[in-house]
Amino acid sequence: MSEILPSSFFIQIQDASGNWASDFVENVIIPKIPHFPVELGTVLVMIACAGIFVAVVPLLPLVLVLAERKVAARFQNRTGPMRVGPWGTLQTLADGVKLIFKEDFIPPQGDKLLFLLAPYVIFACSFAVFAAIPFSQEIIVSDFNIGIFYIMAISSVIVMGVIMAGWSSNSKWSLLGSLRSAAQIVSYEIPLGLSILTVIMLVGSLSMTDIVATQENGFFSWLIFRSPFTFLAFFIFFISSIAEVNRTPFDLPEAESEIVAGFHTEYSGMRFALFFIAEYANMFAVSAIGVTLFLGGYEGILPGYDFLGGLPGFVIKTLGLVFLMMWLRWTLPRLRVDQLMNLCWKYFIPISFFNILGTGIWGLIFKTDDIWSIGISCTIIYVGLISAYVIAGRVFSRKPEPQASSV
Amino acid sequence: MNLEEIYQVLKDKFGESVLLLDTELSGDHSIHISPAAIVEISTFLLETETLAFDTLMCLSGVDLSAKDEEFAVVYHLYSMNHRHKVVLKTPLPKSNPQLPSVSHIWKTADWHEREAYDLYGIVFEGHTDLRRLLLPDDWEGYPLRKDYEEPDFYRGMRVPY
Amino acid sequence: MESTQSTESKIIELQPFTDEMIVNMGPQHPSTHGVLRLELRLDGEVVREAIPHIGYLHRCFEKHSENLSYPQIIPFTDRMDYVAAMNQNWGFCLAVEKLMEADEEKEFAIPERAEYLRVLICELNRIASHLLSFGTYGMDLGAFTPFLYAFRDRERLLLLFEKVCGARLTYNYIRIGGVSEIIPMEPGSIDEQNFLDEIEEFLDYFEPQIDEYNDLLTSNSIFSERTVGVAVMSAEMALSYGATGPNLRGSGVDWDLRRDEPYSIYDRFDFDVPVAEDIPELGAVVGDCWSRYKIRMDEMKESVSICRQILAEGLPDGPVMAELKAVRPPKGELYFRSEAPRGELGFYIVSDGTPKPVRVKGRSPCFSALSALQELSQGLMVADIIAIIGSIDIVMGEVDR
Repeated sequence: MSEILPSSFFIQIQDASGNWASDFVENVIIPKIPHFPVELGTVLVMIACAGIFVAVVPLLPLVLVLAERKVAARFQNRTGPMRVGPWGTLQTLADGVKLIFKEDFIPPQGDKLLFLLAPYVIFACSFAVFAAIPFSQEIIVSDFNIGIFYIMAISSVIVMGVIMAGWSSNSKWSLLGSLRSAAQIVSYEIPLGLSILTVIMLVGSLSMTDIVATQENGFFSWLIFRSPFTFLAFFIFFISSIAEVNRTPFDLPEAESEIVAGFHTEYSGMRFALFFIAEYANMFAVSAIGVTLFLGGYEGILPGYDFLGGLPGFVIKTLGLVFLMMWLRWTLPRLRVDQLMNLCWKYFIPISFFNILGTGIWGLIFKTDDIWSIGISCTIIYVGLISAYVIAGRVFSRKPEPQASSV
Repeated sequence: MNLEEIYQVLKDKFGESVLLLDTELSGDHSIHISPAAIVEISTFLLETETLAFDTLMCLSGVDLSAKDEEFAVVYHLYSMNHRHKVVLKTPLPKSNPQLPSVSHIWKTADWHEREAYDLYGIVFEGHTDLRRLLLPDDWEGYPLRKDYEEPDFYRGMRVPY
Repeated sequence: MESTQSTESKIIELQPFTDEMIVNMGPQHPSTHGVLRLELRLDGEVVREAIPHIGYLHRCFEKHSENLSYPQIIPFTDRMDYVAAMNQNWGFCLAVEKLMEADEEKEFAIPERAEYLRVLICELNRIASHLLSFGTYGMDLGAFTPFLYAFRDRERLLLLFEKVCGARLTYNYIRIGGVSEIIPMEPGSIDEQNFLDEIEEFLDYFEPQIDEYNDLLTSNSIFSERTVGVAVMSAEMALSYGATGPNLRGSGVDWDLRRDEPYSIYDRFDFDVPVAEDIPELGAVVGDCWSRYKIRMDEMKESVSICRQILAEGLPDGPVMAELKAVRPPKGELYFRSEAPRGELGFYIVSDGTPKPVRVKGRSPCFSALSALQELSQGLMVADIIAIIGSIDIVMGEVDR
């Protein structure tokens, strides 16, 4: 493991074997430019990567916003946007244009600097996360050796932006929303981090590509199936990440029926759009992290074949998780703030600690690539699921359909 | 119990405070009582087992004409157990309409009394929070009185349209 | 003396003191169901006190009424509870009719056909009103989808109302002495058959939908966590505050004016009155938000059953309007109450024998139920306030009149 210094950051990009960007710059661009100082090559790689990501990644929210509206429409027996473009496909673009031309209102009593800064903090942080996500073997901006740690750190900074937005708006609803958000995100970081830790304990590396590399032997080598504890950890990770990105049933910071719109009540125009884009970017990012950590990342589902692997496989799996989030959002009501905290502190955190203990013991018993471990793990998961189903079925069947008495 | 029996019970108990049983008009017949005794009579009506008027259906101020004498508060009471009802009427002087509040006996009266205060200017003594309810706090006059004349302007806005 | 003082002053007392925050919820707020303003005194998320301020939708119904003839008042009752306007029309017409019946000299009877039409339409309107309440309650608690499901079904009902009276929201359909004939529907005609068939089709479609809504929202565990045990209104409290209708039955009082003081032709129909009970498996206690909500869901089934009974009997022949020379009740006064979807809707009418009333007071069920909010909401959370408002199901048009 190399040391984590800014200089090594550049070097790593240059040295990373199979990094398409550095290859491209070294082999194609630099030879064509005479007397090009080689040291500047890294800078060129940086610019190329950044340029591509700045161009491509903001398109994700554009697509996701439309997808969300269409998915919601589907759930609700309506058609969703249909007017702009064929089947309403250009609706988000039209909304974007509208938002750009809207009045940029700044509350006169608010803290102007913080108010202006907050959307950029959130926006920048949620996009910085994309730097460490391995979309495929080649497409990764920077393959840190501490990739997942970096992601956790950066995504925690988002809460700063939320608090800045809420505080500087000088609105009581915004303040309530931002404080709710602070409490929620800080709380749910813990089960999130702990469930990531179970993966790291099995893999023994913080690097995203290393984590993916251990899952290269097809479906059953995915970390979610490696041990019953990672299976549990995946669900804790997924639910916590919904809470992290403030979506129903955990959308208390922006609960429109309670506190109007939470921390972004006072924002309008493009600043509001930045929050909006950041929210969808976040959603994609946490799903991508979930796929990378638990669902095999860019590796295919069959050992030795590249079936559903690479970039398309990765994107399909990620969008699957995103769809699950949308499904939950349009089905479930919202939790109350104390119930939210109960869920985190009384259930998720103890289970996460139990997971870590269990993973440690699992790691002592089985080797990482032990075929037996996967078999035993899958058996335990299967038996556990069946018994959970039976127990749940009994609980729910015992609850009779409540009938009011008739006289 | 029908109205005559209730009237008899009240008359025996309270004597002078129960003024008369009004059966002249069509529709509901009412018992007229003096305003000062409303709390005692209400408590009696609620707490006596054979009466047990546990709900106040409606409390309304009434102003029948611009004259002074036809100004009143009307209580419509109902008993869930015995399924009988009674209408109490308390005539009030329009110049100084004051009577004790029954909001501690039936909580329905809380807002209904505020409404009567708001629209008729009837002051309910002992009401904990007698403010205007439907109209703005700085509105002048009591609009449902028959002699009410609407102001020309309210905060610079023309009122008659 | 001085030395003791100095030692005392060194003791630093830690007084954790948090400021209370006063927040105005409304009059423009997504889930106060109109223009209700709540003055919230908050300690963090906990509500120390919630003071309702009403009057933002006050349209002087009572003052207007004094200057209008009785038939002219009916459209104003539409604007009271605009979600269940048929029931409001009916409540007012019933009061006027009762007062006119008290006059011995003139005699008139409301035609059978009109009575059947009234019950049919008002029960459909009750379903529409409860559907709206169900949908918005889901939305208040963060579930968006039930809202659109409810509106999809309500839309079909509104189309039916449009067929019968030409309006979708403010109907002015039920008149004094009968129902409006503005869209003629001859007894036994193809129009009538089509209309009844459409209602039957809707009922066949709608009855299974109630179970689907129960699956979607009522049995949802997050929904029950949000509503079960929240803001318990005891039976005594409900009676004292004058909460009526589903709110009273949600508090466990077995009381329905349609059954206990049958007006019109309700005594001819066989229907149950849902009353809340403790449900230990769920933790629901009588009088909590969940019970109030569930009563409405069950009442929709009963309304469907009443409509089905009417459809089975068929509408009787005859006119839909009584022979009335003029609407001129005798000198007198009357308080009459009927069971609107939100509870006991009373009209207190004072007449001096002229075509215009001297005094009309609308006793609105929401008005009384809303006055309980201040006591119900103490010590709960901001999110619970929303749950309470949704569960007592207010319509501000009726509260402010």
